[in-house]
Amino acid sequence: MLLKSLKKRENELANAKRQLELLSGGVFETGELPKFSAQLEALKQLPLRPKTLEILQINVGYMCNQVCAHCHVDAGPDRKEIMTRETMQQCLDIIKETGAHTLDLTGGAPEMNPEFRWFIEEASQIGVKDFIVRSNLTIITANKKYYDLPNFFKEHNIHVISSMPHWTKGKTDQQRGNGVFNASIKALKMLNAVGYGMPESKLKLDLVYNPSGAFLPSDQRALESDFKKVLFSDFDIQFHQLFSITNLPISRFLDYLIASDNYEDYMYSLVEAFNPAAVHSVMCTNTLSVSWDGWLYDCDFNQMLELKVNSPSKHISEFNKEALENRTICVSQHCYGCTAGAGSSCQGTVT
Amino acid sequence: MSKSYYDPSDLRKFGNITEWNEELGGKFFDYYKKVFEEGALTAREKSLIALAVSHVVKCPYCIDAYTQDGLQRGITKEEMMEAVHAGAAIESGATLVHSVQMMNKYKKLSM
Repeated sequence: MLLKSLKKRENELANAKRQLELLSGGVFETGELPKFSAQLEALKQLPLRPKTLEILQINVGYMCNQVCAHCHVDAGPDRKEIMTRETMQQCLDIIKETGAHTLDLTGGAPEMNPEFRWFIEEASQIGVKDFIVRSNLTIITANKKYYDLPNFFKEHNIHVISSMPHWTKGKTDQQRGNGVFNASIKALKMLNAVGYGMPESKLKLDLVYNPSGAFLPSDQRALESDFKKVLFSDFDIQFHQLFSITNLPISRFLDYLIASDNYEDYMYSLVEAFNPAAVHSVMCTNTLSVSWDGWLYDCDFNQMLELKVNSPSKHISEFNKEALENRTICVSQHCYGCTAGAGSSCQGTVT
Repeated sequence: MSKSYYDPSDLRKFGNITEWNEELGGKFFDYYKKVFEEGALTAREKSLIALAVSHVVKCPYCIDAYTQDGLQRGITKEEMMEAVHAGAAIESGATLVHSVQMMNKYKKLSM
């Protein structure tokens, strides 16, 4: 079981440049598999350009109470990158200007940021249509100070999206750490108890499914139906939608793929499943990602690969809507993860 | 040429069989695709049947393919093993039911 981040272990894959080298080498260097940009070129979609900005995703820090084996953020208790109130204020200043209808807070465990509640209180007054917090669930049961989170979310009409890789204890704990399954079940019951996830409730509770291994997710609707059936019959738990997300070959998942000798086969699976229809609605075309220190990225994955937006407006302090709308999106081979099969995004499949 | 009869990476080349006979290869893959679509049986049930049959026909490519397919569908290892046992039971039953023939012949030839 992992206890420390790649960064803390000084693993070479904590280095974004090294990851990008790996993603452009091997079967992509020999031409055995086509590069992502070549696929876009064949579709006359190169360079990839953004459409209307709909989602502003803010990563409020990489600190987390869990050390999940597949984490693309390389988050964990040893990560100290945390968004300050000053940067949060800069975000608040521009949310309206972006025109985004969805505000999406992620991490790490966003709740561990000491300014998290202040930020929620301020941001919920702006009046975005959908205000998401990506909660890992276990944080709610981790410490007394978090026990009231379900009520706090409810007070601010937060849309809760939580990770749940499987409805069995074995597979969940294998990916996310020992004890995570039981703690997640307890947290889901706490959320249900205040009204989250109930059939007619306006308090939205959605789950995110990531495959726990070197394989792609299957049909989102079939998985949702299996999750609903088992979580309700075994635990009396209800939720609204299941989003199925493909693991992208970066950071800790890339480390796992290489260590388990699955990297090449996984890249083959992604390339074989390349779906041109998914390119049109891939999330980087309607999302902007902000890092804990205020830099702007096309998505959370590019943030972890340190690929800042290709625009003169690179930081939240110099936000310029027009300049950002005219940018081109940075792509590499990890992007195959978002275009495989039915496509993948932080909102699940895209086709 | 590989010195082994089976090479896991050959599975990726399965589609290439159409290069030497496009019509028959194409018809086979169309049929194959249609068979595994959701029908009276769910795609999940068909995946488990395919896994059991893969073992009975002892096809290493099929075992790789349908173990991965099962994982993708969220099928548990307990369900996968039960499916393999169902296949194995039919296979051993098929052997054992022939022993009735043995018994018949034995009786016929014996005084």
